[in-house]
Amino acid sequence: MERADVREPAPPTPARGRTVRHPSPKEYVRIAVVLAVVTAMEVGIWYAEISRALLIPLLLIFAVIKFVLVVLWYMHLRFDSRTYARFFMIGLAGAVTLFLVVLLTFRAFSG
Amino acid sequence: MATVSVRTEGARSGLLRRPTATTGFWSWITTVDHKRIGILYGITAFAFFVIGGIEALFIRLQLAQPNGKILSASTYNEFFTMHGVTMIFLVVMPLSAAFFNYFIPLQIGARDVAFPRLNAFTYWAFLAGGLFIYSGFFLGGAPNGGWFGYAPLSTVEPGNNMLFYSLGLLMTGIASTASAMNLAVTIINMRAPGMTMFRMPVFMWMGLVVQLLLAFAMPIITVGLFQMLFDRRFGTHFFDPAAGGDPVLWQHMFWLFGHPEVYILILPAMGIVSEVLPVFARKPLFGYQFVVFSGIAIGFIGFGVWAHHMFAVGLGPVANTAFGISTMIIAVPTGVKIFNWMGTLWKGDIRFTTPMLFAVAFIAQFVVGGLSGVTHAVVPADYQQTDTYYIVAHFHYVLFGGAIFGLFSGVYYWWPKVFGRMLDERIGKLHFWLMVIGFNLTFGPMHILGLQGMPRRIQTYPATLGLGVWNLVATIGAFIIATSVLIFLLNAIASFRRPKDATADPWDARTLEWSVSSPPPPYNFEEIPVVHSLDELWHRKYAEREGGLVVPVPAGGAGTDPPHGEGHGDGGHAIHLPGQSFFPFVAALGLPLIGYGVIFHLWMAVAGAVVLLVGVYGWAIEPASE
Amino acid sequence: MAVHTFESEHEATSTGLPNTKLAMWLFLASDCLLFGALISTYVLYRGSSLVGPYPADVFDIPYTSVSSFVLLASSLTMVLALAAIQRGEMGRMRVWLLATALLGMTFVGGQVYEFTTFYREGLTLSTNLFGTTFYVLTGFHGTHVGVGILMLLSLVAMSFTGRITPRDTMAVELVGLYWHFVDIVWILIFTVVYLIPTGK
Repeated sequence: MERADVREPAPPTPARGRTVRHPSPKEYVRIAVVLAVVTAMEVGIWYAEISRALLIPLLLIFAVIKFVLVVLWYMHLRFDSRTYARFFMIGLAGAVTLFLVVLLTFRAFSG
Repeated sequence: MATVSVRTEGARSGLLRRPTATTGFWSWITTVDHKRIGILYGITAFAFFVIGGIEALFIRLQLAQPNGKILSASTYNEFFTMHGVTMIFLVVMPLSAAFFNYFIPLQIGARDVAFPRLNAFTYWAFLAGGLFIYSGFFLGGAPNGGWFGYAPLSTVEPGNNMLFYSLGLLMTGIASTASAMNLAVTIINMRAPGMTMFRMPVFMWMGLVVQLLLAFAMPIITVGLFQMLFDRRFGTHFFDPAAGGDPVLWQHMFWLFGHPEVYILILPAMGIVSEVLPVFARKPLFGYQFVVFSGIAIGFIGFGVWAHHMFAVGLGPVANTAFGISTMIIAVPTGVKIFNWMGTLWKGDIRFTTPMLFAVAFIAQFVVGGLSGVTHAVVPADYQQTDTYYIVAHFHYVLFGGAIFGLFSGVYYWWPKVFGRMLDERIGKLHFWLMVIGFNLTFGPMHILGLQGMPRRIQTYPATLGLGVWNLVATIGAFIIATSVLIFLLNAIASFRRPKDATADPWDARTLEWSVSSPPPPYNFEEIPVVHSLDELWHRKYAEREGGLVVPVPAGGAGTDPPHGEGHGDGGHAIHLPGQSFFPFVAALGLPLIGYGVIFHLWMAVAGAVVLLVGVYGWAIEPASE
Repeated sequence: MAVHTFESEHEATSTGLPNTKLAMWLFLASDCLLFGALISTYVLYRGSSLVGPYPADVFDIPYTSVSSFVLLASSLTMVLALAAIQRGEMGRMRVWLLATALLGMTFVGGQVYEFTTFYREGLTLSTNLFGTTFYVLTGFHGTHVGVGILMLLSLVAMSFTGRITPRDTMAVELVGLYWHFVDIVWILIFTVVYLIPTGK
């Protein structure tokens, strides 16, 4: 604990451990309802007989919506320090970019 | 005096009694001190360096003459594969890890890394992986499919050889990934007050970039190795063309990791050289920010060039052109660094000590390797060079002439700090000159051999090809290198027969690790330093008068050798150090058991998983320090 | 692996961010590339199987939809557990953690049942590329869920022995981050593997 004394006080960023405002349980439940509805819509349009050209983008958009909701609210990236978000974005963007290029070199989407 | 409270008596809150030995065998097994772990990494890596070197000598003996008969074809395959695997995964990576472990806390002004027990675990996991791969020699055959293990050769060949490869590298991969998280967090979060990012030594910046490269590259090879393992052991078809699979996928997985890996290998050496040059040129590093940003740029672009290893695969003109261009672009930040190093030397008050000689040779040889690398970026030229000795020459100039020379520079530079004794300068210079001559004699001719058409990895060649002369020269060079390594070993042993008399700052250096005694006390800094500038220690020692004249700060100013040990009376303070632990070692012990289980009997894997769980839970229940 | 180093939470760090949480985010960022590699292998080989069974022959979308709901629900119980310990309500935290673990076990149990069904219908690791890529991808994910369940149960157990006190909100938050990550990976797998129909 000695170390805390010799360090300069950390800047009062919103990142300081417990000073971060986390959503209330009510908000958590509200997000869960949205997630459930979007999932239901995913399964719904899967049953609806629409063309692949429409179905696939719609499904991907729904998945991204759910992904973003969980990351922003349940994983608190909307409220926490930007540093976490930056790390995660590097990993996420890196994965998407690198593997899109790999798949493109295989011409995986032209079939 | 500063009391070091490592533990309290009778601590029984864990599964095992808290280990407290400070000397002897168990003190090393249970250590969580980043300095001891650094030394363990260094010694292990050097042992593997000797083994990998002996393999190289056998290869060179076999190739010294046409129709060589020293190694059978299958043994030859094992030797060249293990030489590559050893030098990359078991020598250069852990040797860099040794320096990072030892010097990250010391250079940023911290008492240890962020997660000391995780740090111990990564060392044991690395050791387990290395020994596991080598155990293949005694259990039916070591890896024999080349260090990059191309499918389908690596997945269809009978024998367990490549299982040792995939499982062993998975273990060292776990070690590297965990270590990357640990060290990255340490650099970002554990800096002393005032040690802003842009007051950090360049070695710390390169450390951070390397850890991030590891964090993002290792998971890709992990997946690739799992796929190879499953193809070979459980009958999946990831790389099996007969079932519609594509072996080129392995090449992508491998090189998506493999090219960042090249920078994982070279950036630490670049960081070391960036520390050594200013000290022995007695000038600040020229263009500190350029060196830092070019390092970051290399890290980023390094992820975008992987397919230049695959030009001959047939990815098509668009992909080949794009990757050819990105490969040429990455030469720019690399060139920036070279010019900054030369600018550092320019008009410097240069002292050609052994570390300085290695650093200067690093620059020269790395330029040669870098330039031959640019020739690979030209796709049609690469078609001619692929899989020839020209490639072998290129990457040895980068990884031996570059990385190993840079690391030896670090060894000579930091030896007094780590062991409290200087290495002999005259023997050191003999080592250096023999190594430079041997190195260039070995790998210089390989450019010619490659352009004459000698393929990589062949076990022998007929006399009619006319390759004998240069091969003989290369073999002679290899033995000169071996002699130089032997001389280094003698130098190292001799240093231990002398008294521990190195001062805190024998080189008149610039960074914080030289402000504490040699070797540093277990707690590193009695008082956490407060940092005011880049090259903090230099500014504590010297002031600049008007007109640019640099003068020493009069004694009684901020000294270089702070008192440690006695002298502070009872008004001192307790320094809280993390306690030793058995559990990182236990957890790592589970890994090779799981590995053998996957190869031989699955019940062993279950036993290994139990050992791993016991280790992890013992670790979780045990407090970090009492 | 996430639960043992809370100590650094109480120290001042250079960025003001706790070491453990920073390390966890770095780990999750790194894990993005792991699942990126696995998912893209699946995508690369979708529709490339030379023999059946093909995805359309074995998938049971209503069944897997229920599994997906279960895993989504477990994310809700997880954040409720975090909210509970942040208010110091240890009893409620235990309930929500156990609920999360139970939902997770339901999911993994469902996966085991699904695997056995597929196996009986003739799909093994080595049947075709679909079997190869499907089992390895979902198996990796299932293993991640399994590790998460172990961590959740450990948290509950440690809350009884006093290793987790109302001050250790970070431990719950870290396990939560891991758990939600596993959930978002499943969101992608559910869409890419199950819902998007194969060309052939």
